[in-house]
Amino acid sequence: MATQISPASGRDKFVGSAQNRVDGPAKVTGLAKYAGEFTSENLAHGYVVSSAITKGRITAIDSAAAEAVPGVLKVITHENRPSVAGEAEAYQDMVAPPGAPFRALYDETIAFSGQPVALVVAEDFDTARHAASLVKVSYEAQTPHTDIAALQDQSYDPPEKRGGIKTPPKPWGDASAAFDGAPIKVSEQYRIAHEHHNPMEPHASTVVVEDDGTYTVYDKIQGVANTQMYLTNAFGLKPEQVRCLNPYLGGGFGCGLRPQYQLFLAMLAAQDLGRSVRVVLTRDQMWSFTYRPGAIQTVSLGAEKNGVLQSLKHDALHGTSQFEDYQENVVNWSGILYRCDNVELTYRLSKLDTATPGDMRAPGAVTGMFALETAMDELAYATRIDPIQLRITNYTDTDPVEEKPYGSKALKDCFVQGAERFGWAKRTPEPRSMRDGKELVGWGMACGIWEALMMESSAKVTLTADGRLEVGNSTGDIGTGTYTILTQIAADALGLPMDHVTTKLGDTDLAKAPVAGGSWTAASSGTAVMKACRNVAEQAFKLARGLEGSPLANVDFDRIVFSKGRIEAAGDPSRGVALTDVLKASGQDRIEATETANPDKDFAKKYEAYTHSAVFAEVKIDEDLGIVRVTRIVSAIAAGKILNTKTARSQIMGAVVMGIGSALHEESMLDHRLGRFMNRNLGEYHVPSNADIHDIDVIFVEEEDKANPLGVKGVGEIGIVGTAAAISNAVFHATGKRIRDLPITVDKILAA
Amino acid sequence: MNRFDYVRPTTVAEAIQALGSDASARFIAGGTNLVDLMKYNVEKPGRLIDITRLPLGGIAEHEGGLRIGTLVSNADLAYDARIQTRYPLLSSALLAGASAQLRNAASTGGNLNQRTRCYYFYDEGTPCNKREPGSGCPAIGGVNRIHAIFGASEACIATNPSDMCVALAALEATVQVTGPDGDRAIAFADYHRLPGDDPSKDNSLKPGEIVLSVDLPARDYGQHHTYLKLRDRLSYAFALVSVAAALELDGRTIKTARLALGGVAHKPWRNVEAEALLQGKPATRESFQAAADLIVAEAKPQSENGFKIELARRAIVRGLEQAAAGTPQNQSDKRIQ
Repeated sequence: MATQISPASGRDKFVGSAQNRVDGPAKVTGLAKYAGEFTSENLAHGYVVSSAITKGRITAIDSAAAEAVPGVLKVITHENRPSVAGEAEAYQDMVAPPGAPFRALYDETIAFSGQPVALVVAEDFDTARHAASLVKVSYEAQTPHTDIAALQDQSYDPPEKRGGIKTPPKPWGDASAAFDGAPIKVSEQYRIAHEHHNPMEPHASTVVVEDDGTYTVYDKIQGVANTQMYLTNAFGLKPEQVRCLNPYLGGGFGCGLRPQYQLFLAMLAAQDLGRSVRVVLTRDQMWSFTYRPGAIQTVSLGAEKNGVLQSLKHDALHGTSQFEDYQENVVNWSGILYRCDNVELTYRLSKLDTATPGDMRAPGAVTGMFALETAMDELAYATRIDPIQLRITNYTDTDPVEEKPYGSKALKDCFVQGAERFGWAKRTPEPRSMRDGKELVGWGMACGIWEALMMESSAKVTLTADGRLEVGNSTGDIGTGTYTILTQIAADALGLPMDHVTTKLGDTDLAKAPVAGGSWTAASSGTAVMKACRNVAEQAFKLARGLEGSPLANVDFDRIVFSKGRIEAAGDPSRGVALTDVLKASGQDRIEATETANPDKDFAKKYEAYTHSAVFAEVKIDEDLGIVRVTRIVSAIAAGKILNTKTARSQIMGAVVMGIGSALHEESMLDHRLGRFMNRNLGEYHVPSNADIHDIDVIFVEEEDKANPLGVKGVGEIGIVGTAAAISNAVFHATGKRIRDLPITVDKILAA
Repeated sequence: MNRFDYVRPTTVAEAIQALGSDASARFIAGGTNLVDLMKYNVEKPGRLIDITRLPLGGIAEHEGGLRIGTLVSNADLAYDARIQTRYPLLSSALLAGASAQLRNAASTGGNLNQRTRCYYFYDEGTPCNKREPGSGCPAIGGVNRIHAIFGASEACIATNPSDMCVALAALEATVQVTGPDGDRAIAFADYHRLPGDDPSKDNSLKPGEIVLSVDLPARDYGQHHTYLKLRDRLSYAFALVSVAAALELDGRTIKTARLALGGVAHKPWRNVEAEALLQGKPATRESFQAAADLIVAEAKPQSENGFKIELARRAIVRGLEQAAAGTPQNQSDKRIQ
């Protein structure tokens, strides 16, 4: 078995099973505190005034009426703010794209709609909010440009590349010539709308000024190390002056990767006023930063009549802000999912007068795979080959770009098991050939792919005299179940019940770990915890063996089992000693270890690591009225070892729901004349409601991988990738109408 | 959100007096719309008059029909046994709207007076003739896929978002109001108004008036009704197009037809000529198509909402088919019947 958490021949008890969230009770009883809920004595409240224009400059700010409101402490603007770092570089963070990050209240320039122009600080939130409505800002407005379609001719290849984001590979073969010569051709344009993050918890920061002048900062962030780095650079502080915490997140999805302006403003106000300050953004203000950029893509596929790909071209264009070159991997997937001898992948940006777009669950893959997997379905129809068979025909077990095999790729098992569960064999391929009463029935499928990453990560593990274990590092549990899986790993490693293990996360005082993103946390933090536990186990074993008359005196470590709070000789439980007795007898109050786990370089030299999926969707569409219902989704996932089948299933289900939203609902609508997103609330920005969600069936296909000792690949993102294409392909099967523009709303179905 | 005074009268006379001539005073009941508007600085009332202690609750028999007190919650109204038996169209429309939580809080009078969901109306950073008369209407030529196709003006293309009101229009309810000049009854068709050149006024209430009740006339459409709501997701979204239809049939012949559309105009949209056209006609798809064609003939699209014309035409036909068949749309089963 690839994954053996316990040091010797003990069996994994918790890892791989379905476990409830260890943080569940705290969350449902309200004990779990979020960034905007922490408080302190003398806490002041800040409310952000947002720009009414998109581009131009502030000519005057009249805050007299606001300052006259009893309880208002100060209206902070670019004119009266305290001094902060002057260089844009000081505002970089760990995941910032190339460019000059946005600096709130820095000067009079307005670069995007909703940009903060003032912070009203008052004794209480309601006073701050009221006073904010009295701040009068005058502007000199310029014409904004926010339409990527209109700016296509000004697109460019970003000169500086974003760290950690793969750039398109050099073309290979001659894709244009091969396309021209191919007997079967598909070449279409695909669009996806701008999508904004809307986790239940809006962004919030609470900066507490401690008696000794240091700061304790509670920030909505997916990794507190990033908050600390940002604050120390922007405000010229030392790390020991700023402790950052975020034990819980009400949803991350990527919008909590970068520190946002409410953090900066809360610290600015705290320094200015010398007292603790909290700033919480409104739902409306959630449209003033990080979003999944809408994209225009062209995919051209040339194939033999038997479906063998001869040419594959994928071009993507999306927007970025005027001040940063946000980049995501949109097109590379098209070069590695299928085998093709002539491939050309291109990727461009256009500058828009918006905030900088940012990572949103499976950034780039959601966009690119919608286009590729819809095009593959079009090719399936053009060649009259079953969509699954077409994908098997072009299957590859090696990465054509890196020319290395995949460490594991059980995608064919996803096809088989997903198709079986879905009942794919009963599908009649002809569009409009299946119906249920007044509804047309459509069955579609698509593939998903995402990187299986690991990042350097540390963890500290402490075994105390009472036989309890504390595990911790600074990464965030963004709602994914990190607390639970780390608890499972530690409990198995030292043979303890899960309730004897306490996991602490989201605190810069804990062992250093990266932000939680990219689906890398299980592999990274999990491996670090496993290593640290192994270290503690070895220490405990040495102490146990050295005890006078130790029953383990002649036993080697590899013949040891940790079980039920005891160290025992494998196969002979009578030869053993309780961990509490080991500590007591050796006079120690604790055994602790901090370990750092790194990606396996030898593995990376030989293999590529990705997760894969096959997504099957059933839609029912009223033939006359064009109203779409997604009645079934089967998502078959190949993601290595699944640590917790319950929380992993929840991850996939949540991602499928988000994929349904991307396919049918989500769209931030821009008024290009104003450069303003107009539907800035959850009443008008549609995400799926319960009524939109029916059966979601998740299959975890068995897959062994050796990229890390746990065999883990991560499940945070793969569930959304391909879901929109599976649905759009099902819509085509149902109606014979190919909608290449997400979201698929009723107007597009009627028009097609 | 601004600071405001708050009073809680216990009689209607006190409430009217509290409102007085204070243009910035507002009545509040459930607050499901007004409080949102206050958070967006669209409404900045100097004074809130909480009317929830007024004796204006309850549903009572009235001239063979029912009188619905202005404070009856949308949930209580939807699940009232008399409403479900005698006016199932109204119950269905209520359940097609909002969410369970909102229906628990929202009142009948508040639903009647809820304001448009036009994006620009909600955004104080943009002009809006409804919010700020004379400032302009950026929805024209802007983001307007949810906007009006009937009865819009050059000043305003907003729609009335209510589902309940669409059913009340088809049921030909009467709105009872009182105010400084005494009581009066307003036919439902006259209660809401078209924007014209003064879109700041949604309805025909005079300054100082308060809604006392909504009265439903005696009339039994049996199972020959439906409320069909088409929207961008299957729950918790405002209508792109909705249809309230009620038919009295004599065998397969239409004796009376009542039809109102939601999501398409500044008020629930009725076309009495189309209703008259159906009278005496067989209850067939051809008759329904003729009525639908007549109704949409006067529709005018905006830059992004032309699809609503065809969607309305099809929804009218389906709604009438559902009503004629006695198979009203089920609001829990999202499959369209």
